[in-house]
Amino acid sequence: MIQFQYVKPSKQKAAIDTVAKDETAMFIAGGTNLVDLMKRGIVNPEKLVDINKLPLRKIEKEDGHVRIGALALNGAVAEDKLILEKHPLLSQALNAGASAQLRNMATVGGNIMQRTRCNYFYDTAMPCNKREPGSGCGALEGYNRMHAIFGHSDKCIAVNPSDMNVALIALDAVVLVSGPKGDRKIPFAEFHRLPGDTPQIHTNLQKGELITSVDVPEHPYTKHVNYLKVRDRTSYAFALVSVAAALDMDGSNIKSARLAMGGVAHKPWRLNEAEQFLAGKPANEATFRQAAEIAMRGAKAFEHNKFKLKLGPNTIVQALKNAAGAV
Amino acid sequence: MAVEKDLTQPLPNGEDGKRPDEARRNFLKQSSILTAFALTPGVAVKAADLKFEEKVAAAFEKVNVTLEINGKKRKLSVEPRTTLLDLLREQMHLTGTKKGCDYGQCGACTVHVDGQRVLSCLTLAPMVDGKEVTTIEGLADGDKLHPMQEAFIKHDGFQCGYCTPGQIMSAVACIREGHADSDDEIREYMSGNICRCGAYPNIVNAIKEVKNGGQRV
Repeated sequence: MIQFQYVKPSKQKAAIDTVAKDETAMFIAGGTNLVDLMKRGIVNPEKLVDINKLPLRKIEKEDGHVRIGALALNGAVAEDKLILEKHPLLSQALNAGASAQLRNMATVGGNIMQRTRCNYFYDTAMPCNKREPGSGCGALEGYNRMHAIFGHSDKCIAVNPSDMNVALIALDAVVLVSGPKGDRKIPFAEFHRLPGDTPQIHTNLQKGELITSVDVPEHPYTKHVNYLKVRDRTSYAFALVSVAAALDMDGSNIKSARLAMGGVAHKPWRLNEAEQFLAGKPANEATFRQAAEIAMRGAKAFEHNKFKLKLGPNTIVQALKNAAGAV
Repeated sequence: MAVEKDLTQPLPNGEDGKRPDEARRNFLKQSSILTAFALTPGVAVKAADLKFEEKVAAAFEKVNVTLEINGKKRKLSVEPRTTLLDLLREQMHLTGTKKGCDYGQCGACTVHVDGQRVLSCLTLAPMVDGKEVTTIEGLADGDKLHPMQEAFIKHDGFQCGYCTPGQIMSAVACIREGHADSDDEIREYMSGNICRCGAYPNIVNAIKEVKNGGQRV
């Protein structure tokens, strides 16, 4: 890890100004992704602005939404009474991520900002357009078992590893940011980017902009929800495929649905068409299977991740079954 | 296991008041700076004098950190890139906390910060300023082992022992958090601690015994 300057401002404006003005400065919150990348020499900030003194830790009910402070810890959010009551899908997704120790360190803002990445991004001996723009993609013709089946480009086929993001996109969350030019709100679906020709830019956040909180709007999905994560071991591994499923039920019929996938694209992958198909249908396996087929349209696999074309729809069906429960 | 000495105290000093390896490091630092001067023409040295001093100062810039380690308050000066793990092991000589992978994947470095289990390898030391840190050395009550330490011995919850301090710190937290109600729950909430010897079944048994014994952890 290279040497860097460390500052810990107590005012949000000072933190933002410092990062906005200094090309090599970065915010740090929990550090679980950034410190790892710094140790490996992949990200080398010359100044770290520790934002932990800022008052951004609260989880509060507000008019029409629950506001989660950017510095709220993943573990604390997962076990928060308000979240368990209003947004159980988010709680399930958070608990499926990382380990208890990491959830005690990682913040909500930091989880959103964790890099979309793959082994070739970490391996500095290999080309990676994300790490070194223009150097090529090691995964395209390499060992691409963990990689994307949706929205990839010939520049990058990495996936966003966050579980929390999958729940937040399904729940139509809004990211509140503050920057040198003022405050703005970014719908979750527009926060992360597909790789295109610029995989090195992984979000639409501008330099110096700081996530201050996330709003999760009120919704009827408090009972029939399931976050199903399929991975190589039962716990503490990235998803091969994960599915966030939420149903609003009327007896055995689906009033409306929310559906998103993780482990399949450069950003959390919302399945709008499948959701629309599910609305008004009976909650049974045939319906779920059809929804899954719609969800998988346009999927394109690589040499080692073809299994995701089968695992994907099967996981969708199972998550919807789990969410519907005994109806 | 008798506690023979207070492990939170620095080790014996060398003649110059510094530990031998520390004195050697300082010698190397100073001599390389002197060498740099010796190889630079006098005029350039004068011209670059101010800038050079600034650069040296910036390179060795340290930040003050006040924290409580195992109940003892410490005032320390650290380079910002020092991890809590390296601070504990290299500066405080608390080598109970282990460096396994050093990238947040194995859990061997698990300690408690303000009562919460975290990974000390991914925690920068200046970020724990003002906080309370508990390591494996701070778990026992004098000569009396913590119930979790006793249970790990009784159930043979380790083989090589390298992951054990992290396992025990994590196990204590697992019970405190209320996540030790079933074998499956224990496995899930202990999944951040890898044991390459495969002592997992015995670790689960140790945790269950402490949890069911109702002892205060």
